[in-house]
Amino acid sequence: MAPMLEQTEAVTAGPVPDPMLPVPYRIQRVKQETGDTFTLEILPEDPSQGFTFAPGQFNMLYVFGVGEVPISISSDPGNVPLLKHTTRVVGTVTKAMRQLKRGEVMGIRGPFGSHWPVEEATGRDVVIVAGGIGLAPLRPALYRLMAERSKFRRIVLLYGTRTPEDMLYRHELERWRGKFDLEIQVTVDRAASTWRGNVGVVTTMIGRAPFDPSNTLAMLCGPEIMMRFTVMELLKRGVAAECVYLSAERNMKCGIGFCGHCQYGPTFVCKDGPVFALPSIAAILGKSEI
Amino acid sequence: MIQTTLEPILREHPFFQGMEEQHIRLIAGCSKNVRFAAGEVIFREGDPADHFYLIREGLVSVQFVIPHDGLTTVQTVGGGEVLGWSWLFPPYRWHFDARAQQATHALAFDGKCLRAKCDEDHDLGYDIYKRFMQVVTERLEATRLQLLDMYGTHA
Repeated sequence: MAPMLEQTEAVTAGPVPDPMLPVPYRIQRVKQETGDTFTLEILPEDPSQGFTFAPGQFNMLYVFGVGEVPISISSDPGNVPLLKHTTRVVGTVTKAMRQLKRGEVMGIRGPFGSHWPVEEATGRDVVIVAGGIGLAPLRPALYRLMAERSKFRRIVLLYGTRTPEDMLYRHELERWRGKFDLEIQVTVDRAASTWRGNVGVVTTMIGRAPFDPSNTLAMLCGPEIMMRFTVMELLKRGVAAECVYLSAERNMKCGIGFCGHCQYGPTFVCKDGPVFALPSIAAILGKSEI
Repeated sequence: MIQTTLEPILREHPFFQGMEEQHIRLIAGCSKNVRFAAGEVIFREGDPADHFYLIREGLVSVQFVIPHDGLTTVQTVGGGEVLGWSWLFPPYRWHFDARAQQATHALAFDGKCLRAKCDEDHDLGYDIYKRFMQVVTERLEATRLQLLDMYGTHA
């Protein structure tokens, strides 16, 4: 038991008194983001409950009597204890979660896992490539980057979605774009002729995005196939493999490396990930057996 | 100073990067500067494909009509990219519509003129076809990813 707790503490930003014990949080707001995604805004029942997290980490969200699911934290790490989790309705638990109303209580365990290397990006260009709901785990990194804007060179966000209607955090993206110190390029897979933006897969934007590949740190999150092709384009452009980080997704259950559900080659996504440096998983990325 | 030749612009465009000087001079003779206003149709499906375009600034939508869905954009082409390869292969007809999404500056190339020069000078032809093959390969790869609908619920 002791070594496991030590490892958990090493990769989390905040204290985890008992990682298996859910803490009650009350829902402040349920916001429909797109047709099938929504955001839960929650606060701890006990106001003295401390909570800190690093961008990229996730929580286990427990809908009482239904089940528990891992969901990345998508809120501002500088604005705790309010937590936001954006997810898609895909299964029994997320379906039940979508039915929850303001004022209802749910259980939270976390934060778990590794985080985006925001500090390592100091003095460099930062390229963030997000696909679909993959923008949610990257949003805390964007908040952190924007809060300490002067520490970084260019910040480029390349975001791909299926259609314009599937775009997450549209108003926030518009607000950030208006600040002129963040390059945001959005593309969709298909659109009606009324759409005035880019159409095409997000990987095609990397070749012409404004960043210096010799001094860039890249963070990727999205469908695995998107990340594989994004990695290829980044390497082709000249970004070093060790400067590319991606967030993997597997079937996390316990959150602390006990159960083995999320084993990914020699690693556990819940404990060693979800954020990995590319060299640590390059050999298994995209392998159908893993 | 008035610029009398398009050669410097061709040299700077990513599509022709690294091309030999004599080839730049040859193709410059087939090119001209063009501008399209936002919303202007550049070409329509089925029309003769006698040009291709190097986009310098702006954004162009490649579109076609899907029954019941109407006009649908399947790709956009922006600054530094190339628009159109139907001029390379018979029957030299466009397979899509192209419309300027924004005010767009481009270089237009006369396909017939360039095909004739490629026939005369096979080194030039090989260079041009290699460059277009690269674009076609990239677009095919991107199209496959689009077809996967990778952001769908199974993602």
